[in-house]
Order: sequence, then C-alpha cells, then structure tokens
Amino acid sequence: MAQSSTLEMENSPSMERTEHVDGITPRRRRVQPLPYLLLVPATAALVLMLGYPIVRLLTLSLQEFGLKQQFGAAADWVGLRNFREILHDPEFWAVLRRTIAFCAVNVVLTISLGMAVALLLQRLGKGMRLMTMIGLMLAWSMPALTSTVIWQWIFDTQYGIANWVLGRQGQSWLSNPLTFYFVATIIVVWMGIPFVAFTLYAGLTQIPEERMEAAAIDGAGAWQRFRDIVVPALKPILLILTSLSVLWDFRVFTQVYVLQRAGGITRDTNVLGVYAYRISIGANQFDKGAAVAIVMVGITLLVTVFYLRSMTRQEEL
Amino acid sequence: MTAVLEPSGLESSTLEPIVPRPRRRRRNLVPNLLGILVFVVATFPVYWMVLTSFRRGIDIQQPTPQFLPNPGTLANYRKVFRREFFWTAVKNSFTVTLIVLVLALFIAFLAAVAVSRFRFRGRRAFVVAILLVQMVPAEALIISLFRILDGWRLINTIAGLSLTYLAFVLPFTIWTLRGFVANVPKELEDASMVDGSSRLRAFMTITLPLVAPGLVATGIFAFIQAWNEFIFALVIMNRPEKQTLPVWLQAFNEGARGTDWGGVMAGSTLMAIPVVIFFLLVQKRVAGGLTAGAVKG
Repeated sequence: MAQSSTLEMENSPSMERTEHVDGITPRRRRVQPLPYLLLVPATAALVLMLGYPIVRLLTLSLQEFGLKQQFGAAADWVGLRNFREILHDPEFWAVLRRTIAFCAVNVVLTISLGMAVALLLQRLGKGMRLMTMIGLMLAWSMPALTSTVIWQWIFDTQYGIANWVLGRQGQSWLSNPLTFYFVATIIVVWMGIPFVAFTLYAGLTQIPEERMEAAAIDGAGAWQRFRDIVVPALKPILLILTSLSVLWDFRVFTQVYVLQRAGGITRDTNVLGVYAYRISIGANQFDKGAAVAIVMVGITLLVTVFYLRSMTRQEEL
Repeated sequence: MTAVLEPSGLESSTLEPIVPRPRRRRRNLVPNLLGILVFVVATFPVYWMVLTSFRRGIDIQQPTPQFLPNPGTLANYRKVFRREFFWTAVKNSFTVTLIVLVLALFIAFLAAVAVSRFRFRGRRAFVVAILLVQMVPAEALIISLFRILDGWRLINTIAGLSLTYLAFVLPFTIWTLRGFVANVPKELEDASMVDGSSRLRAFMTITLPLVAPGLVATGIFAFIQAWNEFIFALVIMNRPEKQTLPVWLQAFNEGARGTDWGGVMAGSTLMAIPVVIFFLLVQKRVAGGLTAGAVKG
C-alpha cells in the first residue's frame, strides 16, 4: 500500500524518479484522491455505455438469442455454436471477402489520391492553394448521410447528372453490385480525401526544402525524390493515416445502407457492419449478429494495435 | 556541373523581376488546372445539392440539366417545413446534441485535467484505454446496445440516445482537451500560487481562460458528431416522432423514391448548414488531434 500511495501533483520531472525509491524516502507522501475523483464520471460513462455493451456482445454471441428470448424466454448458453454456424455459412465468407476488398480498394484510393492532392497543394500558388483548400474543406465538412444522399441523386437513374455526362440514359447504377460499389467507393473516397490530403500537406511543409533542392542538383528526378525523400519523411504519418482509413472503411455503414435502400439489392452488396445489423435487428437473430460483430471487433482490434504502436511511437502519452 | 550552376543560379535570382512572366505561368498551368479540377470535384456535389433545392420539380426532371437556379423557387423548403415530423426531428436533434455537448464537455474536461495535470498510478492505462476505445466500431456494438437499452426501457427516448452518444463522443473529447490543457504551462499556475492563490483559484483564473478556446472547439466537434450520427439514431429512435434529423431525412429520401429530389435536397441542405459552418470554424484546431505529433518524426 505504501508503494502505491505516491499520488502527487507532478511538480518536477524528477518526481517520477523518486517514485521508485518511495519506500526509503523519509517523507511519506499522502494519497491524492483528486485525479481519481476527476476520472469517475468519464470512467462511469465509458464502462456503462461502452464496456458493458462489449461484454454483452460477447455473452450474446455465446447464447441462443432470437425472437423467443426477446420476449422473455431464458437465453441458453450454446458455447461457440453461433461462431461455428456463421463460419460454415458461405454468405458470411462472401460478406467478409467483400468487406475486405471494398476496404482495400477504398484505402488505396484515398491514400494515393490524398497524397496526389497534397503534392499538388504544395506546387500551387498561394491563391489557388487557398481556393482548393476551401473546396476540400467544404467536402470534408459534409455529413456522411447528406453526402450519400447527394451522390445518390447524382447517380439517379432517370434524372441523375452522371448519366447525362456519360451519355447513358436510364443506366441504373445501384441494381448491379459492381456499379453499386463504384458509387459507394466514390462517396467514401470523396469524403476521405480532404483529411488525408491536409494531413499529408502539413507533413510535406515540414520537409526541408534544401534537401529536395540538393537531391535535384544531384540529378534525382521527381519520382526519385518522391520515393527517397518524401515517402521516408512522411512514413509515420502515412502509417497512421493508413491504419485510420482501414478502420474507417472497414466499418462503413451509412453509405452502403442508404444506397441499398435506394437500389433494392441487399444480398449481394452487404458489408460486415450492414450484414450484422440486418441479421440481428432486421431478422431478430441477435446471437448470430453478435458473433459477426465479434469477428468485426476482432479484426478491428488487430488494426488498432498496429495503429497504436505507430501512434505511441510518435507522442508521449 | 554544380560549380557552373551555382553562380548562374544566383544571377538569375537577382534577375527574377526581368525574367518574362509567361514562362512561370506555363510552368504552373498543369498544377493550376489540376487545382481547379480538385476544387470542382470537391465542391460540385455540394453546389448541386443547394442548386437542386432551389429548383422547381419540373426543371429538375429535364433531360438536360441546367447549372443555374433560374427560375428559382422556395417551394422545396416550404414543403420540408410542412412535412410531418420535420420540426420534431429538428427538436430531437437539438435536444440530444445539446445534452451531449454539455455533458461531454464537463466530464471530458475533468478527465483531461486529471490526465494532463497529475501523475498517478493507472494514468497511462487510462490514456491507452481512451485511444483503444475510440477504435471500437459502433456498428458492432449497436446489437448489444439495442438489447441493453431495451432492457432499461430507454429505446425511443432522448435519454437513451444521449447516453449512447456521450460514451462515443467522450474518448475523442478527452483526448483533444487533454492536449489543450497540457499546452497551458503549469508554471503559470505555480507562479500564481506563489503569489498566494489557492490551487483551485489559480486553476480557475489562469488555466481555464487559456483553455476556453479549446473547450469551444472540442464542444463544437462533439456537436457535429452527435448531429450527424445516423446508425444509433436509426436503431434507437425507430418511431417517427422520435427520429433525429438524419433518420428523418433518410425516411424522406426512401419515401420519395427519386421523385422529389428538390425536397430531399432542401432537407439535406438544412441539415448540413449548421455542420458546415461549425466545421469551418473549428477544423484547424481539432483536426490535428488525430495525428498530433506525427509530423515531427
């Protein structure tokens, strides 16, 4: 108990070191309850509304929980049966493959186009740069739902401007899985580029200009300079942006859900989040939905560990 | 080679004003064109939304689109205002958002002070938990949250939705505020304490005013998140009179089935306006939070 009672205001950096030899310091410090008190409300809210749902999700996935249980029947424990069932369900694998493919395409597009825009911003004159940035900011600020609804209108079968521009009268974009995902990708990438571009542009401005000039004088071409100077310098930011984009695009819901409601096909366009929603809240199979969600959380966790490792390397917590 | 280049380089830089301008302009032609392209791609959908919202139905349903709102109309907005549940949705959205904003700011501020002003056992674990928890996909938790809130009889209640949003907004709010509080040097407080103030007084008079802009920025960010949220609202508020604005808009969009784009775009515009304004106000302050420190390498 004596060792753990070193809760003190941090007065100087040396304070931390004395913690280790607390047992032999003559002066006993008293317990400071204040920081713990300050954390009580936040911890309570997070445990109640995030911790408990995670635990409940886990128990749901190990129980039988359908329509009957919703109306009060006792939920039996079934071990890993729900997981066995979804893992033997070809539809689950199709959804998982689709989700990963969709995520991969969107992340690659968002990061590479974001990088291109960042490089472009660097080359623009002051006025043009400001204008482009304001445009990007506007796109960035749009709510996900409104963005999706707008693009749905742009790709409308009858009066959509996309069909007019492409000269394809009456082309129905949402009724075919491939074109459906084409539209969904446009929405996700359109919404994702500004953040990536701004962050990378901020990184680009930190690269000393002399280094680029020196490389140019030494005969390095634009591509070589990009590969040998820009990418290594931006590597930490790129890692973080890529992990964040993976996390965001892996859980995409709103865009796919809204387009599904507009186009009518769901079976061939479900991604993991929408799929879990449909079998649980849509079809009352909360047990299987929870199992799917657990798989989703598990994959997310793997990426997060990677993200946190690149993040903590950058910043003192 | 470099020996030859250097003096000539110096010379040309002194001659810069005399060097003919067209050359520079040509060099910038491609980037400028690309810049315009990026600008158009980024802004066109937003422009198209606003434009459509001011067009008459008969003009929207033309085979050849027009790019100017001529003749314009306010009929779409009048229709939205009169549409059932629009005003209840606005009220629900504002209520939930304000509750979340106030609670999140207060709770997160306390936590941020604890984390950035004190050293204590478990501090690091708390910060890591905050980072970790941000990554948990809401889309996965909605299933168990729905069961839990149903058990507590909080489905279709403002309290249920606010509580949910609070938990999902808190991690980011704490993380951002932590940065703002840490940026106020503790020495300022100490100096004031030497002058005889109590710790609390020093904190209130020195630190709080300096953190105020951070509180505003973080609060607005919490506002935007709660205002935009769709999935939880879709599941938790499933009765029409309980809908928040995004759920209302999606119901309108589904019901219209591509026949009333003017009305849907007017609704979208109304929903987006507060977000766009607030976002432009705070973007610079908050956006750095996600990757803060990464630039230094």
